[in-house]
Amino acid sequence: MHDIKEHLLELIKVTSTDLPADVEDALRKAVDDEQPNSSARSALETILENISMSRESARPICQDTGTPIFYIHHPHGWSQMKLRQQTIAAVQSATEQSYLRPNAVEAVSGKNSGNNTGTDFPTVHFEEWEKDHVRAALMLKGGGCENCGIQYTIPSPEFPASRDLAGIRKAVLDSAHKAQGLGCAPGILGVGIGGDRATSVIKAKEQLFRNLNDSNPDPQLDKLEKQLHREINELGIGPMGFGGKTTVLGVKMAELHRLPASFFVSIAYMCWANRRQVMIIKDGVASFERI
Amino acid sequence: MATKLDVPISEDQIRSLKVGDQVLLSGVIYTGRDAAHKYMIDNFISGPCPDSEREMYKILQRELAGSVIYHCGPVVRKLPNGKYEFVAAGPTTSIREEPYQGDVIEHFGVRAVIGKGGMRDKTLAACKKSGAVYLHAIGGAATLIARSCEEVVDVYKLDFGVPEAFWKIRVKDFPTVVTMDAHGQSLHAAVREESGKMLQQLLAS
Repeated sequence: MHDIKEHLLELIKVTSTDLPADVEDALRKAVDDEQPNSSARSALETILENISMSRESARPICQDTGTPIFYIHHPHGWSQMKLRQQTIAAVQSATEQSYLRPNAVEAVSGKNSGNNTGTDFPTVHFEEWEKDHVRAALMLKGGGCENCGIQYTIPSPEFPASRDLAGIRKAVLDSAHKAQGLGCAPGILGVGIGGDRATSVIKAKEQLFRNLNDSNPDPQLDKLEKQLHREINELGIGPMGFGGKTTVLGVKMAELHRLPASFFVSIAYMCWANRRQVMIIKDGVASFERI
Repeated sequence: MATKLDVPISEDQIRSLKVGDQVLLSGVIYTGRDAAHKYMIDNFISGPCPDSEREMYKILQRELAGSVIYHCGPVVRKLPNGKYEFVAAGPTTSIREEPYQGDVIEHFGVRAVIGKGGMRDKTLAACKKSGAVYLHAIGGAATLIARSCEEVVDVYKLDFGVPEAFWKIRVKDFPTVVTMDAHGQSLHAAVREESGKMLQQLLAS
């Protein structure tokens, strides 16, 4: 195996300062849907200007550089222990260089660790695979949008909804209304259906890596994703919650096997600044993969 | 056409603002978020100020009157000359300060709070009573807003951590929009109500 710390540092830098094309394109399309001189339109124009400025000056798009969430696929024989150490070192360097904010805070005391690392911080998922190269994916997920995430247990006395597509639709619509503009709308909703309480949320977050223009391989879920995208925008919450046509840029869902007793619908809300990038590292050379 | 406001801001200037007005703010303001608000309530508002915090109390009393609190946890760079620079500095979600904000506005005579996502009834009532507004900045626009921060003048309570400290900054033409005014109007309440009606319609269909 190689030491990939410097590559991971580059991955962090690009993820924090440059937004993937699918998200920027969706924001650009949304501008024309809003009324001239409206606060909603002005918000989107400011967002687009900020994206360009961040890219050109290599500064963080958003000061909340969030929880760094890594997914690292590696060949046989690579040490996950060493990969974890390299990942942590890369996060610390990126923080020293002001590409990340020191965000790791002790839960009870509130004490900031100062170097952006701590207990289970950053989040690192590993997967060994048959290929001969490393694939490192990173998502930076800020706290404002993370706070808008929610998990429904269907049905419950508080939330009567059926264990079917109609019940899932009800939960997702309800979550979008609850979120209003608080998670920096227009956001993207990742939805995990089934699983246990933990796997359901992880699956929901993984959906946020998907290209906004892709299709769900499951025709039923694909139809529901597109329907919910349209219906949530009919709520009129709009950019920043100012009122307007674009409340979400997409809805992406996936299901997992569940226990007969449990039916969870977990929603991960991602802000418009959906900062995620994928890097391929082969024979010591790194390149970015288009999402 | 945006209204230009300079700190210190008078009550008359604040009461002339209405929901939807664009404001370009200039002058010396303070960042303050979760730890800062809890600190102000615990040490200055809920009970007598402990001796250890008396100096900080005097500073805040003097400087927050007529000024602005910005809900922001910046990315900061320390320069070779020992001064700091804001690298990225967009707003954080304001609703977490709802239990504290109204009391802080009234106690210190704060004229405006900048944040994102809006706040609720207690803050809205304090804005009306005391003469203050909620100014919405664009969430996530951190590089752009950092450019309107001309100078980091000072920092207090850095032991709270970089995001949570009180950063004293000089801003020039900081772009915001009034979403809660001093007349009891809130864009956030209006959007929540209208979108709630639409939600019920969709669920009934």
